[in-house]
Amino acid sequence: MAIDGGFREFTRAYGETLENLFHPIQILLVFIEDLLIDSPWIIVMAGLALLVWLLSRSWKVVAGSIISLMLIGYFGMWDDTMSTIAMVAVCTLIAVVLGIPIGIVMARSDRANAIITPILDMMQTMPSFVYLIPVVMIFGLGKVPGVIAVVIYAIPPIIRLTNLGIRQVPADVLEAAEAFGSSGGQKLRDVQLPLALPTIMAGVNQTIMMSLAMVVVASMIGVKGLGQPVLQAINNQYFTLGVMNGLAIVAIAIIFDRSTQAYGKRLQKHLEAVHG
Amino acid sequence: MAEATHDIEIRNLYKIFGPDGAALVDKVKAGMSKEEVKARHNHVVGLNDINLTIPAGRIQVVMGLSGSGKSTLIRHINRLIEPTSGEVMFDGQDIVQMSQSQLRDFRRQKTAMVFQKFALFPHRTVLENTTYGLDIRKVSRREAEERARRWISRVGLDGFEDSYPNQLSGGMQQRVGLARALTNDAEILLMDEAFSALDPLIRTDMQSVLLDLQEELRKTIVFITHDLDEALNLGDRIAILRDGEIIQQGTGEQIVLRPADDYISSFVRDVRRGHVITVRTIMRKGERAETPVSLPHDTLLEDAARAMTGVQTNAANVTGPDGKHVGTITLAKTVAEMIAPDDTEELSPEVSAA
Repeated sequence: MAIDGGFREFTRAYGETLENLFHPIQILLVFIEDLLIDSPWIIVMAGLALLVWLLSRSWKVVAGSIISLMLIGYFGMWDDTMSTIAMVAVCTLIAVVLGIPIGIVMARSDRANAIITPILDMMQTMPSFVYLIPVVMIFGLGKVPGVIAVVIYAIPPIIRLTNLGIRQVPADVLEAAEAFGSSGGQKLRDVQLPLALPTIMAGVNQTIMMSLAMVVVASMIGVKGLGQPVLQAINNQYFTLGVMNGLAIVAIAIIFDRSTQAYGKRLQKHLEAVHG
Repeated sequence: MAEATHDIEIRNLYKIFGPDGAALVDKVKAGMSKEEVKARHNHVVGLNDINLTIPAGRIQVVMGLSGSGKSTLIRHINRLIEPTSGEVMFDGQDIVQMSQSQLRDFRRQKTAMVFQKFALFPHRTVLENTTYGLDIRKVSRREAEERARRWISRVGLDGFEDSYPNQLSGGMQQRVGLARALTNDAEILLMDEAFSALDPLIRTDMQSVLLDLQEELRKTIVFITHDLDEALNLGDRIAILRDGEIIQQGTGEQIVLRPADDYISSFVRDVRRGHVITVRTIMRKGERAETPVSLPHDTLLEDAARAMTGVQTNAANVTGPDGKHVGTITLAKTVAEMIAPDDTEELSPEVSAA
């Protein structure tokens, strides 16, 4: 078809430029991956446990994380798990860095909201395999196209929930800020973002969960990690291999989820102690 | 301390809600009624030709029922709502014509506002709420906190500096709202039904807090309320708003004694008249009675009755502003005036002329 032809032309002309443009992502991803895989496992484990503690402040979650990681190591899935964690970390970082500003723009402009909402709808409902095609055409197989595919899939919740969080800030509180002479930036920084933060954190949580889900699909285009053995298991009908790696994904999903949710809850501390 | 020195003058202010309000102003000026505007153009007349001078350093109450436009009116003074036409003059400047940055400065330096539903910042502690106005003016943290602590203490919230609004009762939250506004140290204090959400006892309590503070602060306070008792208790002057129009303005006594129409009459019927009317209004001029009681001319009837019954006499002499004798009142007349509206009452000239 003509469109396909045109797109192929575009790929030939600009593919390399785009690849160079996205190269820093590859460097970042490889750096984190190497760091996690090459460092002694005990240090990595301690680091992850500390991170979980800082987020959740719950010994239960920390203990659960350590046990899960021990089991993952015992069953020989450590390296794949680290690749996946590196991948999810980078994708989440990119999604947050891009998503929050987009969410802010949507919250401040109804027109932006009207334009971006259908795009998000499309990104979320389009079968994820479909947009692997153009990504692979431009970037070929590898890590970067994987990251791009995962970010496209995982970014809508953070955008939507940032938008929602800011729009949900009570009108009377905003009016008070206005009455005291706040500028637009001051309102955003001092009132809207702090009050939207718990909702934004729910978006970060969703984004992490969706990145994890997408990692398996992205393994089809050469992303390393727990997705590859799962793919292999599907192709060869290795039930045990599939289940083990599947469970490893579940385990890190639960670790991420509990940590970020607990953190989001702590952000709402001011709402908890209600006058009786 | 910013003591108020400038009146706020509202002139020919119109607000018509709807996309095409500006085009309808002339029709409203020419006499098109609120109902007609609603029916024919689907626009709502919020304010209709408001003219009001709010005296510097006094408490101006704007009273009206819900939908009368009183909250719309107060929001024109700091332009939280854009007027359709008219002017709001303060210190030689028309607030309506200000640029966005001038307006921001005006709000920061000259006004502070207290809201019906408190509108505190839930994520900030009492102290952080109170410093808000200074924070956005980039006053140093130390100075801001010092000033905030002083006002937190003045409104009686010592020890609650680090609490979150959610941890406080409604009355305490509104004290925070008051402290937040006072810390701004502005000439104009806008209070939008500030005490309406509070229990009656706490409301009265807050009214005394406000009157005590005003005694020394002498700010220009615009106080919105739907409660006539509150209006009479607080207002140096009262304007009554209905359907976006001011239907009467004056002192509380003038409004109680001479309601402009049936609507206001129905309002003032249940008022504690003895708490509003002064002896000057009911005295017989020139006469002198044989009685040990002598009262200043601005004594309230309740207090006069108490003074007379206290020494078991039936009359009292009244003295003018200069302390000289001006007339007498009788206990019978005092009590009669307190309990029922009397259409044949004789007004002394200075009240009816005021």
